[in-house]
Amino acid sequence: MFEKLSIFAAFLAILMPFTQSKAEQLNLQEVAPGVFVHQGIHAMPNRQNHGEIANIGFIVGEQCVAVIDTGGSPAQGRALDAAITEKTKVPVCYVINTHVHPDHLYGNSAFKRAGVSFIGHRKLAQAMAVRAPYYLEKAGRDLGLGLKQEDFIAPDRTVDSTLELDLGGRKLTLTAHGPAHTDNDLTVFDDKTRTLWLSDLLFIGHLPVIDGSLTGWLRELSKLTKIDAKLAIPGHGPVSSEWPKAAEAETRYLEMLRSEIRAYIKQGKTMEQAMAEVGQSARGDWQLFDDFHKRNIATSFAELEWED
Amino acid sequence: MKKDLNISAFCLMIAGLLFANITLAAGDEDAAWNNVLKKQFFGDRSIDESGATIELTAPYRAEDPALVPVSVTAKLPQTTSNYIKTITLIIDNNPVPFAAAFHFTPESGKADIATRLRFNAYTNIRAIAETNDGKLSMVKSFVKASGGCSAPIGADLDAAMARMGKMKFKLDGDKIALNQPNQTQLLVSHPSISGMQMDQISRMVKPAHFVNQVKVSFNGKPVLSAETDIALSTDPNFRFYFVPDKAGELKAEVKDNQGKEFSYTQAVTP
Ligand SMILES: [Zn+2]
Repeated sequence: MFEKLSIFAAFLAILMPFTQSKAEQLNLQEVAPGVFVHQGIHAMPNRQNHGEIANIGFIVGEQCVAVIDTGGSPAQGRALDAAITEKTKVPVCYVINTHVHPDHLYGNSAFKRAGVSFIGHRKLAQAMAVRAPYYLEKAGRDLGLGLKQEDFIAPDRTVDSTLELDLGGRKLTLTAHGPAHTDNDLTVFDDKTRTLWLSDLLFIGHLPVIDGSLTGWLRELSKLTKIDAKLAIPGHGPVSSEWPKAAEAETRYLEMLRSEIRAYIKQGKTMEQAMAEVGQSARGDWQLFDDFHKRNIATSFAELEWED
Repeated sequence: MKKDLNISAFCLMIAGLLFANITLAAGDEDAAWNNVLKKQFFGDRSIDESGATIELTAPYRAEDPALVPVSVTAKLPQTTSNYIKTITLIIDNNPVPFAAAFHFTPESGKADIATRLRFNAYTNIRAIAETNDGKLSMVKSFVKASGGCSAPIGADLDAAMARMGKMKFKLDGDKIALNQPNQTQLLVSHPSISGMQMDQISRMVKPAHFVNQVKVSFNGKPVLSAETDIALSTDPNFRFYFVPDKAGELKAEVKDNQGKEFSYTQAVTP
């Protein structure tokens, strides 16, 4: 059994250089002064990775640290907390949850303590509430995580449109977006380094997943790409120093879906036909294509058939 | 796992036991049906499982558990002497297993129905047809809700709420063909939410709000009617047949569990 585990660990170490080791030590990169990112892996959440697949991290000011997404499990949240303590003496004042997906917020409970404020989109609490029963069941069944409602932690501060946070000598601007990747997406802009933390509004390498609105996402991207940022941090994939170029592949994929599905709807074809046929030529461009492409078509089809 | 394999291997040598093993293995998936649901919905009536009356198409993997396309195809035409009266859809392991019951008439032409359903779990879905002679027959299909971050909820509930009650019919082409079954699709915008009682996370109360009745008629004659429940996707969608004898009006009347009523008519011409 032990032997098997260590072979597996070695296998992981070769395949996934950025993932944490078994001792729950978190691999972090300082991508800009005071901006730390743990890069996740392109994998479906499962019992082996416990859903620890997303990019998470934190930004350090003179008085406060802001955590941006807490990870896919309470253990990963604790590992992130420990890594912060290792890097700085500045305390965590804020946990920013970029959206409702479990791979980004199941680490929340690690930061629930006096002095830490949880911040999210105005629709985050509702999204947590309606999804929790299903997500909790799935965490037990698919991830091997025994979680409770308390592990979600709704925001005590919400963002309606924008919110500025002063970390001490460093200002973060949080923007609440319209339905896009989900209906509760937040992005974070760090003035000091001109870093735009897009979380799951930007996928690089990992197929974009639509759980909000296809047309809404394209609309938000057209605004986001106008931002003069030096660094772009995706929710999945490597940090990029080329903004807005980093959004090109994602934009191309979403535009392709929109135009092809619109054509299917116009021709009176069904959702089933669209799911079987649309956009298959993009398969080679993305990882996890077979895991998410058809669901993207289904959700987009249901959205676009109400356009006229 | 290993034990199962051994048992199977053993059974392979003894044909009689192989059959017993299949019955046993299927027992888990069918437990809710055998122990509770069958009796609840159909009492002690016998149900044929030969698959001679209808066919059920559902994906093995639910790509988006909020929007799973499911269709039932009739294997016999609707005639005045012999027709499918009702097709009931049950999703065994959903919080509310009853998904919908669709009622047809000889004028439906074909008792085919396609819709989009929510799946909360790994579960069987079953379609039970009742013919006008009162006989029941059932087909089933196993569906696995997929992994990833999706949930069986609508992606953009506010958009569905904003256009609630909006409907449209989509025909196969612009014109209808007279005196033969024509396929049409009814789209209904409705958030279709299951609601929650005093949720611990958000401290919000949200009452359930979903479509529970659908009636479609052509020139006043019923074509399709249905009782529906929370398993219907956000923005419910139905594909079915009707047989027009002349130009006329397709009419949809929809009610929800909060007593709201919506209606819509659309003129169709040959
Ligand atoms: Zn996400």
